[in-house]
Amino acid sequence: MKNLAASPGTFGRFGGSFVPETLVYALRELAEAYDASRADADFQRELDALLRDYVGRPTPLYYARRLSAHLGGGRIYLKREDLAHTGAHKINNAVGQVLLAVRMGKRRIIAETGAGQHGVATATACALLGVECHVYMGAEDIRRQHMNALRMDLLGAEVVSVESGSRTLKDAINEAIRDWVTNVETTHYVIGSVVGPHPYPTMVRDFQAVIGRETRRQILEQAGRLPDMVIACVGGGSNAIGMFHEFVADPDVKLIGVEGGGCGLESGKHAATLVGGSPGVLHGTRSYLLQDEDGQILETHSVSAGLDYPGVGPEHAFLKDSGRAAYTLAEDSEALEALKLLCRLEGIIPALESAHAVAEAIKRAPQMPEDGVLVVNLSGRGDKDLEIVEGLV
Amino acid sequence: MTLREVFEPLRSRDELAFVPYQTAGFPTLADSLANLRTLADCGADMLEVGVPFSDPMADGPTIQASSQVALEQGVRLADVLAGMRGLDVRCPRVMMSYLNPLMRYGREKLLADMQAAGVCGLIVPDLPLEEADAWLVAARARGISLVFLVAPTSTDERIARVAELTDGFIYAVSLTGTTGARRHLPPGLPAFLERIRAITDQPVVVGFGIGAPEHVRALRGKADGVVVASRIIDAIRGGEDWVELAKDLKAATRA
Repeated sequence: MKNLAASPGTFGRFGGSFVPETLVYALRELAEAYDASRADADFQRELDALLRDYVGRPTPLYYARRLSAHLGGGRIYLKREDLAHTGAHKINNAVGQVLLAVRMGKRRIIAETGAGQHGVATATACALLGVECHVYMGAEDIRRQHMNALRMDLLGAEVVSVESGSRTLKDAINEAIRDWVTNVETTHYVIGSVVGPHPYPTMVRDFQAVIGRETRRQILEQAGRLPDMVIACVGGGSNAIGMFHEFVADPDVKLIGVEGGGCGLESGKHAATLVGGSPGVLHGTRSYLLQDEDGQILETHSVSAGLDYPGVGPEHAFLKDSGRAAYTLAEDSEALEALKLLCRLEGIIPALESAHAVAEAIKRAPQMPEDGVLVVNLSGRGDKDLEIVEGLV
Repeated sequence: MTLREVFEPLRSRDELAFVPYQTAGFPTLADSLANLRTLADCGADMLEVGVPFSDPMADGPTIQASSQVALEQGVRLADVLAGMRGLDVRCPRVMMSYLNPLMRYGREKLLADMQAAGVCGLIVPDLPLEEADAWLVAARARGISLVFLVAPTSTDERIARVAELTDGFIYAVSLTGTTGARRHLPPGLPAFLERIRAITDQPVVVGFGIGAPEHVRALRGKADGVVVASRIIDAIRGGEDWVELAKDLKAATRA
């Protein structure tokens, strides 16, 4: 019998591939195609050209002078993923996966989306590459992020409203998996985060790792040294792992992930999976989960639809247990305050997701010396959140 | 009675095993246990009991909804096991659930409690054979069969590997898709079953989308059994004469 530890796609005791038999072959085929694409210079050239000319990479690293001065302490740099095409880091992965799907001969694309950023990014990549696109989105999220549903529609994608369960991201993933089980022979499932069965956590990380690679080069140019700390929000964890991956081997760079704290850990109304959860298996991977004592998955709450997920990428679970990264949370109110502060001081409206990372920077920067360097991954822009913010601020 | 002992006499009579499914806790736990007893009286050769999970990704709308009904009443795995222990039927029982609630209960405790409750098989749709080593060893030690699924997308190599590891039966998923009643059998099913039969002589039970007596008749000689799940639950929910349906389904397994 095979040793479980030797299974592909594991991160310590996390990760793996816990899927219905119908999908096993498709996942193996995907892992092989992905490996082949990494070794294919033509594929990499095509991807790099799209990231440069279409997505707009490299995105800037911006020294937030007024925010830093306001807080006192360390210098805060913002990695401006909000300036990428479609307004968030999600496009890095969507372009990569849709390009891979076309290479595999799959002409039908499905995706799930929470805040709608991944759905928009996938719909965009599908329009660009001329393939059919269906996006599963929880009915509650369609209500919260109506503008993104509209954008997907304009881009030619079909938005499928998911009415089951809590009608948010978790349920959209369930429905996308059910579609994939049914149409697996013609369809590629573009998962939007570093979750799901192997090879997704690895593949999505690799497509997002461009964030950290650029950041290293840019911070060396601008600050002359590596940052003391990088901070990113964590829902499934793709922008965070995209930032962290480049720095994991640099022990002096602290890695901080910030989860959706909702109304606070004690309230039970939150999405802080790593801070408040326990290990289990959901959506094909072993990781931390928010679950009850019977292993039923709990409903989560966050003001940010993109963080409103009861699971988290298995590599984050591994980084937490190994102590290499630290995970904390920002409550809804803290994220909203951070959003307002960044608007007023820097003229940047962050996504509510990214505002969680800014909230942590607001706590950390004053504790740092003046020559301290802190990088926040500003994973997306906040235009999509204006209606929510209007109701709460 | 072991799972193996179900299939040998049926095979010799050219008869299919009738394996009806019930979600434990639908419409209530007591009702589902009573319905299982009724299904045994209708001639079920084996009973499959589903333990509800909040995120059943291999299931279609019928079993999702029945699981939701059960969970809303607070039905727990421990309650289901206690109910199974008190279920006085002669045919063997197998349990189906997803990995997370089973892991949470604890592998050893679960298998011990299954053994005490006379449950002799376990089906876990999100536990593919690559991840199943520890479960296989622990289940065997308790005389419980871990039942693997094979699908039309399974390669011959994987089917052969499943056959090697099987000590109960192989669950053949009739189509690429989720559970749920369908009007017609999938056109590719006979060829899929022939492909399995060419690889192994292990008992093969077909499930997903089977709900009509003519489906069952069409599968005689091609498999060893049929699971009927969503169709019976739909009938119970819709107030149909599901007992008559169950009797017709069993009658269709025989010449």
